Amino acid sequence: MDVESYVVSNSVTLGLVLACVWVARVVGREPIWRDAARQLWSRRRLAIVVVALYMTIGLVDSIAWKGGIPEDVVDVLPNAPLTLLDRAFLGTKEASYSAPFASVEFYGAEALKRPGQHPFGTDILGRDVLYLSLKGARVALLIGGLTSLIAIPLALIFGVGAGYFGGRFDDFVFFLISTLASIPGLLLLIALIMAMGRGTLSVCIALGVTSWVGFCRLTRAETLKLRELDYVSAARALGVPELRIVIRHILPNLAHLIVITFVLMFSGLVLSEAVLAWLGIGVDGSWGQMIDGARDELSRDPIIWWNLSASGAALFVLILAVNSVGDAIRDVLDPRTLKDSS
Amino acid sequence: MSRLLEVRGLQTAFPSATGETRIVDDVSFNLDSGEVLALVGESGSGKSMTALSILRLVPKPGRVIAGEIKLEGRDLLDFSVSEMRRVRGGRIAMIFQEPMTCLNPVVAVGAQVMEAIGLHDQIGQVDARARTRELFAEVGIPDPEARLDAYPHELSGGLKQRVMIAMALSTRPEILIADEPTTALDVTVQAQILALLSDLQRDRGTAILLITHDLGIVNELADRVAVMYAGRLVEVAPRQELLSNPLHPYTRGLLRSIPALSPPGVRLPEIPGVVPSPDHWPNGCRFSTRCGERFEPCAEIFPEETAPTSDRRVWCHAVDASSRDPEGEAL
Ligand SMILES: Nc1ncnc2c1ncn2[C@@H]1O[C@H](COP(=O)(O)OP(=O)(O)O)[C@@H](O)[C@H]1O
Ligand code: SF4
Ligand SMILES: [Mg+2]
Repeated sequence: MDVESYVVSNSVTLGLVLACVWVARVVGREPIWRDAARQLWSRRRLAIVVVALYMTIGLVDSIAWKGGIPEDVVDVLPNAPLTLLDRAFLGTKEASYSAPFASVEFYGAEALKRPGQHPFGTDILGRDVLYLSLKGARVALLIGGLTSLIAIPLALIFGVGAGYFGGRFDDFVFFLISTLASIPGLLLLIALIMAMGRGTLSVCIALGVTSWVGFCRLTRAETLKLRELDYVSAARALGVPELRIVIRHILPNLAHLIVITFVLMFSGLVLSEAVLAWLGIGVDGSWGQMIDGARDELSRDPIIWWNLSASGAALFVLILAVNSVGDAIRDVLDPRTLKDSS
Repeated sequence: MSRLLEVRGLQTAFPSATGETRIVDDVSFNLDSGEVLALVGESGSGKSMTALSILRLVPKPGRVIAGEIKLEGRDLLDFSVSEMRRVRGGRIAMIFQEPMTCLNPVVAVGAQVMEAIGLHDQIGQVDARARTRELFAEVGIPDPEARLDAYPHELSGGLKQRVMIAMALSTRPEILIADEPTTALDVTVQAQILALLSDLQRDRGTAILLITHDLGIVNELADRVAVMYAGRLVEVAPRQELLSNPLHPYTRGLLRSIPALSPPGVRLPEIPGVVPSPDHWPNGCRFSTRCGERFEPCAEIFPEETAPTSDRRVWCHAVDASSRDPEGEAL
């Protein structure tokens, strides 16, 4: 490979951070969005802080570079690219299970390298569970984010196109939607992943391809309404090209739907991945995979519970926070409230 | 005055259960440069569809099925999509009834006008802004500089309509189609907007096709009047002659219902009934279901066009008979 994957990951991370800054500036400029952001903050402070925390963890786990590994660390390759998060947990690997805050190994009583420093214990390979759970944040954000980036543009292109231009394209989109809707989602998902081979990208593509239909229907219906708006007719009478009308007048009116859908879709996708992990075709390092792995450990005696609890709690808290923010966004951006305020 | 727009035998139809319903049927009129032609008729008579047909903006699945729309001799129906786009807003601009909803609520009004300018002229931001400011001043928007950055909801209905007019004028169109430009406004604001349109027509020489259901406002502005009923023209005449000597029973009915033209204290007689819906239009004279002067052939045979004088046209059996008889006797 010419460009190593950690370079790509670094660049994408940088791009995302810049995109966030840009979005924040746009939101700050447009009174309607600024208002909405303010209301959102006053309603869901805790949830927003939680989501921001997860994002920070994901960010910390996305910036990687090579070198700088101390001599005495033996469990990583000397020239492996390590993220900030990896580096924070360097050398915490034990030989086997440790219970939370234990000072000796869980089975047998050999002394640990880091007694009392594993707040969530370690897994069967001796990896720190807190570390693994934190690493899961990046995977979850990747699944939710990347998949939405695939599904939402797909839904917009098909939905807005069908609604705005109608005719043959509408028929085609309708056919596509009906076809997709008549195949059981999970089966299609599994088939797609099998066809593309396992891996983060193929899971995201498969999830994306199977999850755009609902939003597509919504945007199509909404566009049908919007295209009859007087100012769209007025724009046409002024000779504004169709594509420009879509970009200037239709898409901004779908923005609130895009935001709401993105947030609500996000948590659904992270949960879907957990299901896939349980079927053995999830993304490496996800909480779903940890939960799946912890199944066997529950049958051990004495029971190993911290693995499951940590990954389950990490997943649960993120989903809860995202859904709670999503609900508030829906309240704040609901078209009816938007119209009242303007 | 030169002939700017010539509409001949225009037919616009929507598909219906029984084939196609012609909601604009055989409409012909001319618009000379610098002239104000009023297109008058009750709501539902096809005025807006006529205007949209000219711009080739009839909403799907409707379409123009026959006719010619010649702009300085070239038929707009033959124009390519991109040529047509240059005509829209470039040579023919249109303003609509509802200034409230014709502006994008999330974009500042100045930016919307600047965008319209940018569509037809390659000029920079600063120039576009300066030109927008001038336009705002020209259409009588007070404090134009400050209004440039206002959002539509911060402006009154009258100001919004002025912004729409500024937007329509931004590219110096030869023809302005104003579809019920004052219907949604208060009476006093209505008068101001009409005065503005009149000034613009005088100062810029813009030809105006003024669409209205209110014969009352015709008096202030129009040079000629075309009266439309149920998709057909019923009478076309110079304003003065139409108001003083209406020939068609429908025109007379409309005139009787204008408060300003009747003696005070008299209860205004209305034309009984309503415009029938397009699939219930009679075969003969479309007005025959409501006409007080209806006689034998009216419901069955469509009246021919008659020209009582060289600049008047009317479609009515009664007029037909009375104007033809003397000639017949002379023979
Ligand atoms: N989308 C449509 N489909 C079918 N008929 C329509 C449509 N839009 C308008 N019409 C019909 O066209 C006729 C003329 O409408 P319009 O031109 O808006 O009248 P006006 O502007 O004179 O009030 C009306 O009778 C209406 O029923
Ligand atoms: S043709 Fe007959 S029905 Fe029609 S307007 Fe004239 S008199 Fe009335
Ligand atoms: Mg109308």
